[in-house]
Amino acid sequence: MAYSEKVIDHYENPRNVGSFEKDDPSVVTGMVGAPACGDVMKLQLKINEAGIIEDARFKTYGCGSAIASSSLVTEWVKGKSVEEAASIKNTDIAEELALPPVKIHCSILAEDAIKAALEEYKSKKA
Amino acid sequence: MNYFELFDLPATFDVDVADLSTRYRELQKATHPDRFANASEQQKMLAVSRTAQINDGFQTLKEPIRRAEHLLELKGVDIKNETQTVKDTSFLMQQMEWREALEDISHSRDADAADELEQTFKQYRAAITEQLQHLLASDDASVIQNAADHVRKLKFMAKLQDELVRIQDALFE
Repeated sequence: MAYSEKVIDHYENPRNVGSFEKDDPSVVTGMVGAPACGDVMKLQLKINEAGIIEDARFKTYGCGSAIASSSLVTEWVKGKSVEEAASIKNTDIAEELALPPVKIHCSILAEDAIKAALEEYKSKKA
Repeated sequence: MNYFELFDLPATFDVDVADLSTRYRELQKATHPDRFANASEQQKMLAVSRTAQINDGFQTLKEPIRRAEHLLELKGVDIKNETQTVKDTSFLMQQMEWREALEDISHSRDADAADELEQTFKQYRAAITEQLQHLLASDDASVIQNAADHVRKLKFMAKLQDELVRIQDALFE
């Protein structure tokens, strides 16, 4: 299967790989996994008092499409408000990376990682 | 298609693979193309599609994860082609840790650490499989959902095992 140029670019030069300090109170973490392929994804967001995502980090164990999807969303969420980030859809990710149907679950994983991180944000604020 | 019925076996997770193989060979013999040399085109076609079913059924029942997925399917829960994600944080944390440990081993080339991890994976898989066996005996909807979660975990473990074998093979090169 041929990967699109954008997938290859993100795979070879992944953006924002790594972790934030666990104890930083402004950091929330989303952990998700795809049983179909065994991929695991960790997405961390650094959110300021105004509810703006200042920075993002990811760590993904999976195929090229899963790594590219998570790398892409770390770029997309930076500078966005929590509400804007929550509206990112897997279809946007799949379209941007030109993912074939068998790799759509990678984009779903990335969307769900954002959602999981934002859920922690909400429960922290509550 | 109920593959347990095809092989005349009770629909349980507990399958004796040696017995399954014997049944497979007998069924194969009965649909062998040689037996249909003088049959009508329609009968030949039927024999070919039955052979395909028998092969699919054998592959499905032989392998524990696929067998469990088939049992779940028969109980109305299809997880074979699901794109649903798992959000069990403590389980995923453990998966991350094991992935990191594998990464370390591929750099350190520490064969003892690889063996140790292999044992850990084996014990973990055995524990989940044992629970799964009990859960799959039930017809209660919530128990079946729990069984599905166990199968999902085994799928993650299968992926880890593949990675481990790949690294172990590289250590001997």
